[in-house]
Amino acid sequence: MDRDRSRREILQAAGILAGCGALLQLSIRPATATPEMMKDAVRGVIGEAPVKKGKVKLDLPPLVENGNSVPCTVSVDSPMTADDYVKAIHIFNEKNPQPNVISVKLGPRAGRASFSTRIRLADSQNVTAIAELSDGSFWSDDIDVIVTLAACVEEPKP
Amino acid sequence: MARALIHVPASAKKGDIIEIKTLISHVMETGYRIGVTGQPIPRDIIDDFVCTYNGEEVFHATLYPAIAANPYITFFTVATESGTLAFSWTDQHGATQVQTAAITVE
Repeated sequence: MDRDRSRREILQAAGILAGCGALLQLSIRPATATPEMMKDAVRGVIGEAPVKKGKVKLDLPPLVENGNSVPCTVSVDSPMTADDYVKAIHIFNEKNPQPNVISVKLGPRAGRASFSTRIRLADSQNVTAIAELSDGSFWSDDIDVIVTLAACVEEPKP
Repeated sequence: MARALIHVPASAKKGDIIEIKTLISHVMETGYRIGVTGQPIPRDIIDDFVCTYNGEEVFHATLYPAIAANPYITFFTVATESGTLAFSWTDQHGATQVQTAAITVE
């Protein structure tokens, strides 16, 4: 009995040590943004206003082969008239080193609330677009993207 | 600063919504990569892009390191009058490059 217990204790201790090792490894990974950092960044830009789903269409390929350049289009359902237009569109991500991607200011002169660009994605993650309308409401759309080759990992040319 | 490509329709009907495509060559170095010497490569990005139509701002973007190298941005505007569209890119050191395109509106 005694011998058994001590073996179990040793195994338990080993398990705890291994767990600690894994934790340590997690904590020394290169710093990336977390979903909490994304939430903070969103709050930093739009304040405490509620964000509703809809009106915004974020267009990203669901499976990305190369995270260094991912085509990305955001369009917002809006008439873009002088009293009903999209003021701003912001894109955020969860796991790049920084949660912000791009912030765009628009006005009724834009005619169509839509723009395209190419972005970097460091990992498979959730990307969110938030639009601010002229009436002060916020609308969002998000999409989960799988990235097979992450940005920021390739060695620079010597 | 760098080579920029702009596509604006040469002419448009008054009130038409026109698509504008812009591309500028720039490394958009994130500041998160490690160089061959083991030191981080310093950040070097374009962080501001503005398009004005006859002096009036129609599109303004704040860029972060998550924008891919050679920033490519397309957007829309309403063709209101003949004139020039001015595009300006500003990098984090404050250097600005301005490029213009003319448009004829009938």
